[in-house]
Amino acid sequence: MSLLSLVKRWCQTPLLRRVLQFKACRRKMQSCSVTCTLLRHGWMKRLPLLCSSSRSISTQTDKDAVDLSKFPTDRIRNFCIIAHIDHGKSTLADRLLEMTGAIAKTEKNKQVLDKLQVERERGITVKAQTASLFYNYEGQKYLLNLIDTPGHVDFSYEVSRSISACQGVLLIVDANQGVQAQTVANFYLAFEAQLAIIPVINKIDLKNADPERVESQIEKVFDIPREECIRISAKLGTNVEKVLQAVVDRIPPPEASIDDPFKALVFDSNFDHYRGVVANIAVFGGRVKKGDRIVSAYLGKTYEVNELGLLRPDEHSTGKLFAGQVGYIIAGMKDVKEAQIGDTLYLQEQPVEALPGFKPAKAMVFAGMYPMDQSEYQGLRSAIEKLTLNDSSVTVQRDSSLALGAGWRLGFLGLLHMEVFNQRLEQEYNASVIVTAPTVPYKAVLSSAKLIKEHGSKEITIVNPAQFPDRTVVSEYLEPMVLGTILAPDSYTGKIMSLCLNRRAVQKNMLYIDDQRVMMKYLFPLNEIVVDFYDLLKSLSSGYASFDYENAGYQAADLIKMDILLNGRPVEELITIVHRDRAYSSGKAMCERLKDSIPRQMFEIAVQAAIGSKVIARETIKAYKKNVLAKCYGGDITRKMKLLKKQAEGKKKMRLIGTVEVPKDAFINVLKRKEK
Amino acid sequence: MIPLRAVRRALSPGVRRFSDASGGEIVEDAFERTGSAQLTKQASLYVHWPYCLRRCSYCNFNKYISRENNEHMMTQCLQKETETLLQLSQVSCVTSVFFGGGTPSLAHPSTVAAVLETVSRQASLSEKAEVTLEVNPTPVGMSKLEDFCRAGVNRFSIGVQSLQDDDLKILGRDHSSRQALQTIEEARRLCPGRVSVDVMFGRPKQSVESWENELSKLLSVCDDHVSLYQLTLERGTQLFKQVQGGEVTVPAEDVTAEMYQCARRTLHQHGFLQYEVSNFAKHQKAVSHHNMSYWKGRQYIGVGPGAHGRFVLPGEGGVAREARTQTLEPDVWMREVQQRGHGTRRRIQLNHLELLEEVLVMGMRMTEGINHKHWELFSPQLTLREVFGRSTDVQELLQSGRLILDNRGLRCSWHGLALLDSMLPALLVELEKQISPRLQRDHHTDKQRRPPTHDDSNVKRADNVRESLPVG
Repeated sequence: MSLLSLVKRWCQTPLLRRVLQFKACRRKMQSCSVTCTLLRHGWMKRLPLLCSSSRSISTQTDKDAVDLSKFPTDRIRNFCIIAHIDHGKSTLADRLLEMTGAIAKTEKNKQVLDKLQVERERGITVKAQTASLFYNYEGQKYLLNLIDTPGHVDFSYEVSRSISACQGVLLIVDANQGVQAQTVANFYLAFEAQLAIIPVINKIDLKNADPERVESQIEKVFDIPREECIRISAKLGTNVEKVLQAVVDRIPPPEASIDDPFKALVFDSNFDHYRGVVANIAVFGGRVKKGDRIVSAYLGKTYEVNELGLLRPDEHSTGKLFAGQVGYIIAGMKDVKEAQIGDTLYLQEQPVEALPGFKPAKAMVFAGMYPMDQSEYQGLRSAIEKLTLNDSSVTVQRDSSLALGAGWRLGFLGLLHMEVFNQRLEQEYNASVIVTAPTVPYKAVLSSAKLIKEHGSKEITIVNPAQFPDRTVVSEYLEPMVLGTILAPDSYTGKIMSLCLNRRAVQKNMLYIDDQRVMMKYLFPLNEIVVDFYDLLKSLSSGYASFDYENAGYQAADLIKMDILLNGRPVEELITIVHRDRAYSSGKAMCERLKDSIPRQMFEIAVQAAIGSKVIARETIKAYKKNVLAKCYGGDITRKMKLLKKQAEGKKKMRLIGTVEVPKDAFINVLKRKEK
Repeated sequence: MIPLRAVRRALSPGVRRFSDASGGEIVEDAFERTGSAQLTKQASLYVHWPYCLRRCSYCNFNKYISRENNEHMMTQCLQKETETLLQLSQVSCVTSVFFGGGTPSLAHPSTVAAVLETVSRQASLSEKAEVTLEVNPTPVGMSKLEDFCRAGVNRFSIGVQSLQDDDLKILGRDHSSRQALQTIEEARRLCPGRVSVDVMFGRPKQSVESWENELSKLLSVCDDHVSLYQLTLERGTQLFKQVQGGEVTVPAEDVTAEMYQCARRTLHQHGFLQYEVSNFAKHQKAVSHHNMSYWKGRQYIGVGPGAHGRFVLPGEGGVAREARTQTLEPDVWMREVQQRGHGTRRRIQLNHLELLEEVLVMGMRMTEGINHKHWELFSPQLTLREVFGRSTDVQELLQSGRLILDNRGLRCSWHGLALLDSMLPALLVELEKQISPRLQRDHHTDKQRRPPTHDDSNVKRADNVRESLPVG
């Protein structure tokens, strides 16, 4: 979903009309106009590890089983919460869960739906989670399915999956911070999916809260009348009841018929040692109950339903599920691969046409991942396999580096996605990995007929810099672009503009969202923001600027291949693709990092960056003139021996470039992302 | 107070003092003739005196500023441990004794006499054997030199460190340059030709030029032996903190490298031969025989708090050399000596590879390097050429002229010596490559051999062994 196209449309359409259009146009599940994007379902990922602990609770709940047949679609609401990081999305979810009795009301309820360690540590949501709530309103009992979504743009795949399963969203904005970059991005996602949007201004209890101002921002940026905003304090519970009422009143019920044949979409799955695969499903039509024989459209295999029910947020067995409802199902699948995310389930005797499923998310940031030690390869492989089963948006390709050994080149949706993946690998699978600096997928338009024939197409994508085709066989190189949204107080505008200019960005738009805050839109080459842009932006704005981006296609660029030479010999693993304008600065930076991380040797080492045969940057590592321990007698030579043997061990692992010994650490220092 | 035997030794100082200084040499020659059998029959003895009056700002050695006078007990314990370890080692001949520290010149001469007497009682200690004492050149230290000679010391190593009074203050030394010069003079009077001076370069604010001047001045007053050390900043020392904090600056690496090369040239011009990385002697007789035995990979016994030793314990049926470390803290060490007869805290058996590694690392520090005979003593199966001759890394070092492998043996060239630590890893890799497969083959036939690791389990095992040692 390209934001660029959306923005274009946005600009072409008078605002008022757009608003009317979006309010009038409700999503029709069964209409043929439903696009693949709209069918993306995003729901929680439940950690296999955590599941086992929560299962013990669910077994008892069979006794007070809920009769789901009492919830026809008109008493079901599917909604999600979208917000910028830290605007209180998870806290509001906690309150909603408490108020509807899904969880007990205690002080400890903090980010109940954020189950991953990384989520709690970073205060973010990575995986969308789902929870079914029972809510009594005006004498009726409603089933509200809440899908808690990730806040960051990197997880917009998850967001869009969530959004497509909903008919409405709660758009949370911090009463103090106001509209931020991700508020805007998330709004567009919901807007494009034509969902009912309920703006919620949170944290009104804060001293500096200025809900009036935020309301006018919302009015100005999103064209939503200020009267529609609900002012709440999720922390204190103030006005949260109004939010529940609005969910029932303003969000339309799902359009699914209980009379149709059973048809359900698998939107998540995980593995339980005792019960096999637990699949999370959304019922698009008909009904399903324990004992039914169901078929997986993808594999054509038949299974018997052993258990099914709601997620509240723990599993709650109900014995049946009906059209419009979401829940889990256990049907004797023994391998996670049997429950493909995006697969369609139907009854054996009533085959249906499969749902379109999910289009795989496109990786935009690539990084090499290698085990610290090659002996850890197998362990890391199984860790990556397990993690990617739960996160289909990560692409995995085997790769190997002369310096770092066998590993993988992984594709991520964005930088935070990469970081979170890495952190999960370390925390949940105890794997220590070397992550190389991220690169972006470039493209080349081939001019050589022979090469076109070889590749089977005129345009090729280059992920590994070593495979960068020579200028002579290429008519044009292309680089991926993104449309970035920056929101910041206007006092930082100057600094931000010069930063963007340095990053080859082109300003597209600038808008005062109130008398102090500016929203700027820039078209960036993705490569320019993948490494340190966000950190720089944060530091030059004292943390006040927020940034988000959307993919914006490819553009022609003057790309060149840069070699790094050690005493004249090229180092294959350090080949980099750079824009001509940036060659000198990035070449110099790499030479400097290498200089700092290659130990002095007995001879001088020239570290050079070169384009073709032209050297553009150079650093020199001076030769050792003296390297010998002054005092060495009968004292503690054990220490000296240990040091020497460690060096001897290290020497065995050195990569030899000509006569220059390069320790693995040096490659890691140059290739890996800089520490923040 | 002074034990009888020591008195007897002290009564005939003349013989020792004026004996032919080649005593050590005779032992060495005998060594290479008689071969490996001698390896375990002989040992040198290091005695550690742990106390100092004050802390030098650069020193991280095992030393203590003593508040109480327990010299009597310290003396008894040094004697006791000397006795125990000599018995365990079953050496018949102690080739040299070195009193180091700390500040051993703070000890009473009778302590030195008592230890030497104990040595003579347990093993033969030739009248000609080198007995060195480290001396702090203070007036008090100087006044005791004669008594130390009477107690059996026949070589002094004087810690001059610098001839600049300002620098001595920065270094935290407790003497002036004038006092140092006087001490040298007195020591030379007592032991002509057997006085060494220690001097330090790379000191704060030092320049190449000032170092050259200082060295010339020193050479005009010193005896036949000079040790020069580059000041190394050790963690935990006051100087380290000062440099870290930017209060004090030390010369850059390039400058200290030049200081070293320049000192080597100057010493050479003054007739000093470099025989080790940091040691220079006017003639073969003036070399430190005690230190030479470390570099030649001979056995040594360490006595006193924190002392290290390398010797075989045939008394326990051992065949492999052990690395032994004594307990660091003087009070704890003394208690252990009183209870068990010795204060060995850690014992690690060295396997064949580890022994050869030490022989290599130590031997290459000498300008003469490791000769074929010397190597054969420790490695009868594989010659130097067989071990190192095939490696391309070593070939490169040979071709670059930093390393020499010829009919004499393996050694560093003049330029190579200053870069020894850059070459040792390559040599160690090669050594392991050649020895390890052999070692593993041996392993199959000799299951009793311990694995070539220095891990915790080894230490634990070593502790158990210690428990089973005969006490007394």
